[in-house]
This record gives sequence, C-alpha cells and structure tokens, in this order.
Amino acid sequence: MTETTPSRRAVPLWAQITIWIFLVGLLIIIAMGLNRAQQGTVQPGQQIADFKLTFYDNYRINENAEINLSDLRGKVVMINFWASWCKPCEQEAADLQRAWEKYEPSGKVIFLGVDYVDTETSALVYLKKFGITFPNGPDLATKISQYFRIRGVPETYFIDQQGVLRYVQIGPFVNLEQIEAQIDPLLK
Amino acid sequence: MHPLLWALLFTAMFSLTIYSIAFAQGSTPTDDEVNQIAKKLYCPVCENIPLDACPTEACRQWRDQIREMLSQGKTEAEIIDYFAATYGERAASDPRDKVKAYLVPIVAILLGAAGLVSALRKWRKPQAVRPAASASEAQPPAQMDDYVARIEEELRNRD
Repeated sequence: MTETTPSRRAVPLWAQITIWIFLVGLLIIIAMGLNRAQQGTVQPGQQIADFKLTFYDNYRINENAEINLSDLRGKVVMINFWASWCKPCEQEAADLQRAWEKYEPSGKVIFLGVDYVDTETSALVYLKKFGITFPNGPDLATKISQYFRIRGVPETYFIDQQGVLRYVQIGPFVNLEQIEAQIDPLLK
Repeated sequence: MHPLLWALLFTAMFSLTIYSIAFAQGSTPTDDEVNQIAKKLYCPVCENIPLDACPTEACRQWRDQIREMLSQGKTEAEIIDYFAATYGERAASDPRDKVKAYLVPIVAILLGAAGLVSALRKWRKPQAVRPAASASEAQPPAQMDDYVARIEEELRNRD
C-alpha cells in the first residue's frame, strides 16, 4: 500500500528570480520613500543643481522673463519660497523687500521669489500688496520645491557665488538684520 | 426723430442690457460644477484630501481658479491638464500618463504574483512515495517471531 505525503521540491530558478525581483523592488521603493522623508531639505554645503524659474509678468532680470540658476554664478542668490495663502510669509515680506532694496544696487546679490502652489491672480495681489520688486515666478509643476525638498513655506535658501548652498532658513525672518546676517558674510 | 421711436430705441437698449446681465449671471459656474472638477484634484499642501473637501486657503484659491476657468469656457479636461501642468502630476487624482501610472505597476504585480503562485503550487504539490518501512517490517522474520513470543509470554505471566 502507498500513501501521499507533502514533500519539498526545489523552486524553479525563474520563479525564485521573479519573486526576489518583486520583493527587492518593493523594498527599494519603500526605502526610497522613507529615506526621502527623513532627509529633510537640501543641506548646506551641497552644490545646487541648475533649475529654471519663469517670472510673472512685470518681473525681469536684465530683460529676461526667465532665468537659470547657472546664469547667476558669481552672485549670492537668495531663494525664497512663499505663497499668497501663507500667513507667516506676510511677516517677512516687508523685510525681504527692504533687504532687496539694500543689496540690489551692488549687483552682487540676487533675490528670487518662488511662488509655491499658488494661483497667479492671488500671487500678483500679494506681490502688489507688499510692494515686492525682486524677481518672482511660479514653481511650475513644483519642480523647484521638490528639488529643495521644502517642508512648507516660507523657506529661504542662501547660495554662494560658486553655487553652493550655505544656509537654510525654515520659517519667516523676524527682522532685516537676520537676513543681513546671512548675506553679508558671503559677500566678504 | 419721433418721440415714440426714441422710446422704442431706449426700451430695446435697456432690454439688451438686462439680457446681457442675466446672461452673465447664468454663465457663472455653480459650486456643484466647481466641485465636480475639484474632487478630481489634490492640493500638494493638503495631501490625501480632495480639493472639494479641503478647507485651507490654498484650496479655496484653487477652487476660485476652477470657477474662473469654467467661466472662460474651459472644459474639465483642459482645467485638469492646466492644474497638472502648473502644480505637478500629483495634483490630478487621475494620472495624465495612464500607461506609466497603471500598466507598469500592474505588470510588475502580475509578474510577482505569477511567480509567487507558481512557487507555492510547487512547494505544496503532493508526491506519491513509497511508505516508509515500519520497525517491525525492518526486522527479519525469525527475530520477529522471537519478539512476539516474548511479549505473549510476558502477558501470560502478568495474568
């Protein structure tokens, strides 16, 4: 008499490979997500990759309606992420404009306002309300904010003449001196 | 001109004005029309909350934008395309690139599932085997007889 009993058989190689590829792929996706979540913003000391910012109407740099960060090499660049719906952004708007009026004549500093997830109508009202004259434009498809991995607005990034990030300000500046404290050392 | 003609002309112009006002009011999108599109959009600021249910100022502005675009005669598809282009693909609940968004994960999952099912079936597949020889069968017949005889004798002694 014979009886049936379960037994282990070798799993075919192709099946093993498929399963492992699937599991490893899943783990990589999860790890990338977790890593990105823990990374925070880009860190000081990091070379900032090039990006293009298209300005709102009436905003120009040397008559150009858009600018690449690489075009600004040799200047200190301050990138301010803001939005018209953001109340804390309003706290620093006047100080940013005062700082721009102080540094613009030297030609050594450029301010860029990057409008995050905003409607153009509201953004233009905001810019007019606070008399902002430094170049501003929308973060189209949120590409710039995704690169900087911003957590919210306002956030401000100071980039030196070599294109290296030197300081990150999370939240609004409380006064003009706080802005000067980041720009002046980069100009020496 | 005859006063009656003036009156008729005035009346006609006044009527046209009223008509145009009424027409403009009639073309203003309703909240339902706005929300019909808003529920297919997600603001990156308020993740996982559809735009029609999001209470933030940013989302309110987006809904105003939808209303404005509807007033301009834009279609639902045009509006959603605009939001995806302006605020990124994640703004649209229905991905623009459907092949990439749906087909790739489905193919990957199907491949993985097929591999898994195949492997499990092979692991569980029963196999006909010869029954293992029992201890009694393993012993030679002569030894078996002695063994049985001893057990029977012991049982008799116990009685």
